[in-house]
Amino acid sequence: MIEVNVVVFATLRRYLPDLGIGEEKAIKIEQGTTLTEIRDMLNLPEEEVKVIVRNNLQAEAGDVAQDGDRIAYIPAVAGG
Amino acid sequence: MGKKILRINMSDMQTSYEDVPEKWARWAGRGLTSAITYDEVDPTCHPLGPNNKVVIAPGWVTGSPAAPSSGRTSFGGKSPLTGTIKEANSGGLSGQKIAKLGLAAIILEGVPKKDKWYTLVINKDGVEFEDASGLIGKGMYDVDEILWEQYPNEPAVIGIGQAGEMKLSNAGISVNDPENKPGRYAGRGGMGAVMGARGVKAIVVDDTDGPGVDIADADLFKQGRRKLTKAIGKHDLTKKDGGLNAFGTNVLMNIINEAGGLPTRNFSAGQFEGAALNSGEKVAEIVEERGGEGMTGHSCHPGCIIQCSNIYPDEDGSALVSCLEYETAWALGANCGIDDLDYIAKMTRECNDLGVDTIEAGNTIAIAMEAGVLEFGDKEGALKTFDEIREGTPLGRIYGQGVEATAKAFGVHRVPTVKGQSMPAYEPRAIKGIGVTYATTTMGADHTSGYTIAPEIAGVGGKVDPLADEDKDALSLTFQAATAFIDSTGYCLFIAFPILDIEEGWAGMAESVAGVTGLDITGDDVIEIGKEVLKMERLFNKAAGFTPADDRLPEFMRYEELPPHNVKWTMADEDLDEVYAWVQED
Repeated sequence: MIEVNVVVFATLRRYLPDLGIGEEKAIKIEQGTTLTEIRDMLNLPEEEVKVIVRNNLQAEAGDVAQDGDRIAYIPAVAGG
Repeated sequence: MGKKILRINMSDMQTSYEDVPEKWARWAGRGLTSAITYDEVDPTCHPLGPNNKVVIAPGWVTGSPAAPSSGRTSFGGKSPLTGTIKEANSGGLSGQKIAKLGLAAIILEGVPKKDKWYTLVINKDGVEFEDASGLIGKGMYDVDEILWEQYPNEPAVIGIGQAGEMKLSNAGISVNDPENKPGRYAGRGGMGAVMGARGVKAIVVDDTDGPGVDIADADLFKQGRRKLTKAIGKHDLTKKDGGLNAFGTNVLMNIINEAGGLPTRNFSAGQFEGAALNSGEKVAEIVEERGGEGMTGHSCHPGCIIQCSNIYPDEDGSALVSCLEYETAWALGANCGIDDLDYIAKMTRECNDLGVDTIEAGNTIAIAMEAGVLEFGDKEGALKTFDEIREGTPLGRIYGQGVEATAKAFGVHRVPTVKGQSMPAYEPRAIKGIGVTYATTTMGADHTSGYTIAPEIAGVGGKVDPLADEDKDALSLTFQAATAFIDSTGYCLFIAFPILDIEEGWAGMAESVAGVTGLDITGDDVIEIGKEVLKMERLFNKAAGFTPADDRLPEFMRYEELPPHNVKWTMADEDLDEVYAWVQED
């Protein structure tokens, strides 16, 4: 097992309501788990996840998570 | 009946209603302010002198029935901050009322012979020049309130605060919102100083019994409007309870921080430890907790269906300020090392009252912090800088001139500006495309001019690696051209997000413009028409003395590494020069 830290923002926070704003959730996963699989484990709807950022870098849904990763699931955002 | 140009000459106090000449007939909004500035303003003139003008123009569809989120007003002329051409646009009440009076544009020109201030009152019967001496020295909260008491029909109020009276280069032009508060600004580039230089404190616009907006092809307009409305209502970002509606533009704070692109403490880092405390999520939480007059999902103008504005409540629930935008919360927050939304809101209210741009103001405070005048994070000290400006002290006048003047006054060499205008809330070393926009846009460093953040960060309109240099010149140009078009429509720029993802919405935007104007425009023409606007602006800047050597980011970004990615600005100058290589004089 490895451990990763997950954060969710904006409209996705409703699916992890116990987390404070910007707070991480540590989860244990099997080696080889993809970012998509983690998303599904957390019950984040596929259609609401627009972007995934891993360790501050743009990631692909099929990327395999590594021990200690920080993974951010991001809905549709823009503005400014 | 065709639209008219209202020309107001402050030198001889004469006004005239002119037919729109053929050369300007196809333009509106930014296209029209830039066309008129290009044709009538000497590019070498002093921005505060008698030969500059303030051109005010609603967009193509502004004021037409139920065109969604289309209440923008463009303000153009030569900028005292940058020395370039400038178009700054705003929400609020003005655009729809000017359009419904049958006006394509208002040209404000000349300088009064006497040292006297005026309020211009514009209605269906013409223009009155009213004595504004009772308003002098007052901030925009008082000005808006007084003018609504004085004039009937809840008019639009376009005005300047004390900063505009002092002709400071960071003075913006205020437009009142539906609650008659001064939260909407044509903020960037100092156009408030240009208005102040014409001796005009305020312009009151009452559209009662005006002729309204002619629609050339009602069926085509309705078809386009329907497609666009559907796209806005469907996209996750712009739909009801979507990201913008629920959290405002400040939904970006945590995301840009996560991407390592949130400029922090005068652009010395790309992440701020207090980002979550300043975020849109936090604003929504505070609104919920405090109740009262606070709200998210606020409209900045009638008929907006995105409703990304907010009213930030004080601790007792009374309205403290509207609106707390992402750029504002960043400029006065992370960039100054401040993580207290109540103070950020108080400073925003000061900006709205004095009439200064929040981005330039925040960056200026950060420069003062870098210089050691204040400590980073000193929220009390930051708030007091606005007293200096209001009182017109020598220090306040330096702050009111913006980042470059303040940096010179205090010997700071880390100056995040392009063409005299400071950068907004995206670090160009970590998000390269927006850096190309900052460097090359005709406006000085400006994110709205070519918002590559959409594909680089948000996955809207495609997906592009923010850290890569490749092809960012072409990406930026495409966004700059599309923006120049949208800024001419009168639609809020935020319609770009749904229509970049939903093709029918893109076509609908163009069809609604064609329906109102009778112009032969489809979605395929958007980029080329936008480039025509950019060309006028670029040629104005060239004649004002700007060259490709001005299309560069500040030197420190080439040698200082930005954490957390530890990246420098690496775009080649030749690639930057490609962005506008296509512009040639006819």
